Amino acid sequence: MTRVATKRDYSLLGRDAQAAVQSGLSAAEWYHTDIPRKQMKELMKREDGPAIRDTILWLGSMVVCGALAIYFWGSWWCVPFLLVYGVMYGSASDSRWHECGHGTAFKTRWMNDAVYEIACFMIMRNPVTWRWSHTRHHTDTVIVGRDPEIAVMRPPDLLRLVLNFFGILDVFHATIDMVRNAAGVISAEEKTFIPEQEQPRAIRIARIWLAIYVATIALAVTISSILPLMLIGLPRLYGAWHHVMTGLLQHGGLADNVIDHRLNSRSVYMNPFSRFVYWNMNYHVEHHMFPMVPYHALPQLHEMIKHDLPAPNKSIIEGYREMIPAFLRQLRNEDHFLKRELPPTAKPYREELHAEPIAAE
Amino acid sequence: MSNWVEVCATDEIDEEDVIRFDHAGRTFAVYRSPDDEFFATDGLCTHEKIHLAEGLVMDDIIECPKHNGRFSYKTGEAKGAPVCVNLKTYPVKIEGGTVFISVA
Repeated sequence: MTRVATKRDYSLLGRDAQAAVQSGLSAAEWYHTDIPRKQMKELMKREDGPAIRDTILWLGSMVVCGALAIYFWGSWWCVPFLLVYGVMYGSASDSRWHECGHGTAFKTRWMNDAVYEIACFMIMRNPVTWRWSHTRHHTDTVIVGRDPEIAVMRPPDLLRLVLNFFGILDVFHATIDMVRNAAGVISAEEKTFIPEQEQPRAIRIARIWLAIYVATIALAVTISSILPLMLIGLPRLYGAWHHVMTGLLQHGGLADNVIDHRLNSRSVYMNPFSRFVYWNMNYHVEHHMFPMVPYHALPQLHEMIKHDLPAPNKSIIEGYREMIPAFLRQLRNEDHFLKRELPPTAKPYREELHAEPIAAE
Repeated sequence: MSNWVEVCATDEIDEEDVIRFDHAGRTFAVYRSPDDEFFATDGLCTHEKIHLAEGLVMDDIIECPKHNGRFSYKTGEAKGAPVCVNLKTYPVKIEGGTVFISVA
């Protein structure tokens, strides 16, 4: 018998959103591996040291590479410095925004908040809007109609994915959102997850950002050079590739509408440079299961619970070798997904908690 | 009118830690501060009904394990996004090495 694939409605105000709430998929109790309280407390413990070190490296490398790019501007020698600067601006900001949004990067609150605001500006994500959208992402991870951060919807829009390696559509939409917010308008979808008392701050920040971009463009016009924009704004395009490359692996090709992060999230072993840029978010199942564990403790958490998780992909390339065929198959059948095998030591998936059988086709 | 209910022995809660206490269909979080004082609040985060006893105690703050929302467990005050609604707090007393909370 041929099964007709289910058409998904990703609107936060649509049919699937209502269905998720009614069925109890939204705000459900998710599976997590048992960890003794004493060990969990050790893992959750906050420190300033690792994040101060990493922030000095991050912003320091931007200052050095930015200065050398200005010095060599007009010759090809500026290119390698801009490439590094771009990845730090357009990709490392993604993980810094994320980790500081959780409040786990630093022990000291103001340090978290300061790095959060800087990173949000670079990645062009309104710090108010995205704090709340990410909260929803953790409540309803890859629940269709509830999660506002599903990067690859089904069927996958492959052109959109490719364009976003250069930030093109993301920046287009982020610019529209910024201008709309600066004009004092919060959209109906934003109102579903941003509390009313937080909305004025989202508008205020959008206005500050807009002023910075207008000033940068004015400077570029005044000195008849694109250089100011190569340092502010455009790195979000030419430096985005790394965060898109790693970000797609988080949930791409895996199950949706399940309440077990082992089914809808992916951990991947990565090289040290990518782990620095990505701040260990390659341990993504672990992060979703225990979001209060700081990024610097995720490798330790991984060692502690890997007996209960699917084996991580061995590299970024191996992850893509698994994910791309799944995307291609989802073009023909939206219900297709990769079911990750658990080791014999793991607790089984709770089949009874999922509306559809969780066996991949 | 106060209604004192026995929770546990004082040494069953580590310093700078929290335990869950269920009573009469309600759930509470009972804390021991770094300076060895005891406090009690509602057990569920006001944001999305997550048990705070699985969270992290830092000084006078309890951080929710799901979305990292923070409250002062001494006053119940919500300390910012994503928590906006304060926690209800309950009186605590220690008698003979036992923790009691008033759940009235």
